[in-house]
Amino acid sequence: MSLRLPALLAGALALAACTGRTPLDAAAAQAPAPAKATSAKATPAFAPPPESAIPDGPYGDMVRQGREIFLHTRRNAPAYVGNGLDCADCHLDAGRLADSAPLWGAYGMYPQYRKKNGHVNSYGERLQGCFMYSMNGKAPPLDDKVIVALETYSYWMAQGAPLGAKLAGAGYPRVPDPARAPDYARGQAVFERDCALCHGADGLGQKAGGRYVFPPLWGPDSFNWGAGMHELDKAAAFIKANMPLGRGGLLSDQEAWDVAMFMDAHERPQDPRYNGDLAATRKAYHDTPMSLYGRRVNGRLLGAQPAVEPGGEP
Amino acid sequence: MHVLGTVLVLAWPWLVHAADAPALVREGNGRGAPACQSCHGADGGGQPAAGFPRLAGLAAGYLEKQLTDYAAGTREHPVMQPIARALGATERTAVATYYSRLPVPPPPSGPVPADDGVGATLATRGRWSQRVPACEQCHGPGGIGVGANFPPLAGQPAAYLEAQLQAWQQGRRRNDPLQLMQHLSRALSAQDVSAVAHWFAAQRPQGNTP
Repeated sequence: MSLRLPALLAGALALAACTGRTPLDAAAAQAPAPAKATSAKATPAFAPPPESAIPDGPYGDMVRQGREIFLHTRRNAPAYVGNGLDCADCHLDAGRLADSAPLWGAYGMYPQYRKKNGHVNSYGERLQGCFMYSMNGKAPPLDDKVIVALETYSYWMAQGAPLGAKLAGAGYPRVPDPARAPDYARGQAVFERDCALCHGADGLGQKAGGRYVFPPLWGPDSFNWGAGMHELDKAAAFIKANMPLGRGGLLSDQEAWDVAMFMDAHERPQDPRYNGDLAATRKAYHDTPMSLYGRRVNGRLLGAQPAVEPGGEP
Repeated sequence: MHVLGTVLVLAWPWLVHAADAPALVREGNGRGAPACQSCHGADGGGQPAAGFPRLAGLAAGYLEKQLTDYAAGTREHPVMQPIARALGATERTAVATYYSRLPVPPPPSGPVPADDGVGATLATRGRWSQRVPACEQCHGPGGIGVGANFPPLAGQPAAYLEAQLQAWQQGRRRNDPLQLMQHLSRALSAQDVSAVAHWFAAQRPQGNTP
């Protein structure tokens, strides 16, 4: 009984979400982002200061510079970006939006020990990781203006937040385990219905005026096999909360897992830590069921023929 | 001989439409559809003062879908619905293709709204506290348009853009994929709508990307 009720409730909510597709429910249009079952005590709430509060002067200038790098990374930090993405593609509203891995939720959590590289990482080193993997580029030196500006922007946004506390809305909200194992074919159906409109039928994004407007989900201009987004739980969490753009929460949990599986079962640029042996690289860096790297899906050994020759932009 | 005949047969409808489209635009079809150019201009540039939109250079797929949706009633308009219904499917395709190939006329120059105004902010950053993405995130930088699903906003008459946002808000236009516009438009106030419409009206259009 006690287990059955939540399941039924979830079913009812899913139905409500489905009926919200068409015709438009005017009330739903006004609803804020879906509430999360989080304890207010364990996860303090936080709201970043408004951008109008960025001060004048050299400090404020650096905050603004960080914001512009974050919004238009390819344009403003071209030496360190190797694909068609900007930071703000995966961290919406210039890194301000709750449940979209906001910068204010990350800044106060560093320095932090990370299993990914086996040592304590400063916030700057964490940013370097974004450039190496998510941006498929090069790590800016820690004293480079790109890192200093992004750190300053993050610090400004996190002012007043408790240090070392996981805040409500930090990261991407975990999606409960799916009832059925994530499935490529079901994910493809979700992709075609709700994603292809913007990301293109081929998933390679769409450009206007020679520049990406909609980011590529795979292929040579997308994030590489070392990026967090290539792991199913992280991708499902981002997608569920934030996609389609402006309509986060539209997909069911199962649909989010399925379409994450579909996206992450496509080739993308090689993990820069690749040591010449796919299985050994998987063992060293991707030894989790959430990674399809080095796994065979639909007859394709993922990571064996990584996407190369980034098309880039003029 | 056979091959030539096949080519002619296959090409015939296209030739007819290629020939028909300028006539449709200039004179109408004589069956209830008046000349397109009487409102949208001989160059397809529209009439900003009257709020008639530019069609020149818009994606053919977008234009054809709008005509189909006018006819079906998912995009309501007292003038365009009867016109779309008076056009046959092949005529809709023909005029859509015709306009998509016209060069984009230079827009009238007017005052450019402030960079830090409400319109600019909605256009370039959105208002995520109400789940409104930046217009540019789908319609491209400066609203130049992206593919056949996200039409250009740049240089369109402010009155037209404003009317569309109001139509989305009020459900008179409901032909948007994933209901993206119906959802976000309802978060906007009348002042927001006016501001963002005027911002895009002042932006410079480009030829639509294929």
